[in-house]
Amino acid sequence: MLLIHCPYCEEMREEEEFSPAGQAHIVRPLDPEVLSDEEWARYLFFRKNPRGLHHEMWLHTHGCRKYFNVTRNTVTYQIMESYKMGQQPSVTASEKGQS
Amino acid sequence: MSNSINMESPLHHAQLDDLVGQSGDGGVILHEAKFLGHLNLRGNSQDPEFLAGIKEVLGVELPLSACSSAKGERAQIMWLAPDEWLIVVASGTEHDVEKKLRLCLKGHFAVSDISGAQTILELSGINVIDLLKKSTGYDLHLDSFPIGKVIGTNFAKAGAHILRLEKNKFQLVVRRSFSDYIWLWIQQGSKEYGLTIT
Repeated sequence: MLLIHCPYCEEMREEEEFSPAGQAHIVRPLDPEVLSDEEWARYLFFRKNPRGLHHEMWLHTHGCRKYFNVTRNTVTYQIMESYKMGQQPSVTASEKGQS
Repeated sequence: MSNSINMESPLHHAQLDDLVGQSGDGGVILHEAKFLGHLNLRGNSQDPEFLAGIKEVLGVELPLSACSSAKGERAQIMWLAPDEWLIVVASGTEHDVEKKLRLCLKGHFAVSDISGAQTILELSGINVIDLLKKSTGYDLHLDSFPIGKVIGTNFAKAGAHILRLEKNKFQLVVRRSFSDYIWLWIQQGSKEYGLTIT
């Protein structure tokens, strides 16, 4: 069981209250019409699957029902930080020397 | 056939009214606060006009800090999210309050009457903490769950909002569709302490 800090409820809650929502910081292309099928498919379907630090979204389903971002180590499951939507992570892979 | 429509609470079938006074001093006391007016409010808490409008209509400041609640003479407000609140008003006044909110609030906001969608269960008694410990993983110590705090969490795997009214008194806001399940759960969970319906 993970303990996850919800930046909106401002406290640690049990994993059971949350739903994972996949990779964070995916930006929708501004002009989808000019993309090739491959570029569009990359935006829609292709996701990172890193060994190490991963920035991902979680939904506080049973709490405030808000999406937020989490930086988590996929090997140790250690959560380094959680931050609100629109914010940038303070812990990044390059800083930690990981891929 | 009669044209009158009788309001039925989500726990109508449990006939809680018939159970009042049927059992003695139970460790857990349950009361359904039925037919209260529930209004869901969305809006921008950074907007001073929005906050002033709420204060004018409800006579109480909107609770802005996370997991807090506010109680006025006319309404009780629970914080659900940074831009979402639940306003609980006396039975029958919800249409009036909704109308006044629409008149007084300006800008980008939403008010929805969700009175029929959920119900409030009041749990109290000397063993109420024991029952809650079986039902939710949240730390119920007064340090982490002080009086007046409201949390959205799991109650027996169903979603619920729990508001602490007193040291041993809680309000559970549960969805209509989950109310029967939670009623059965409360009966099971309080078996060893005794359950009194009031």
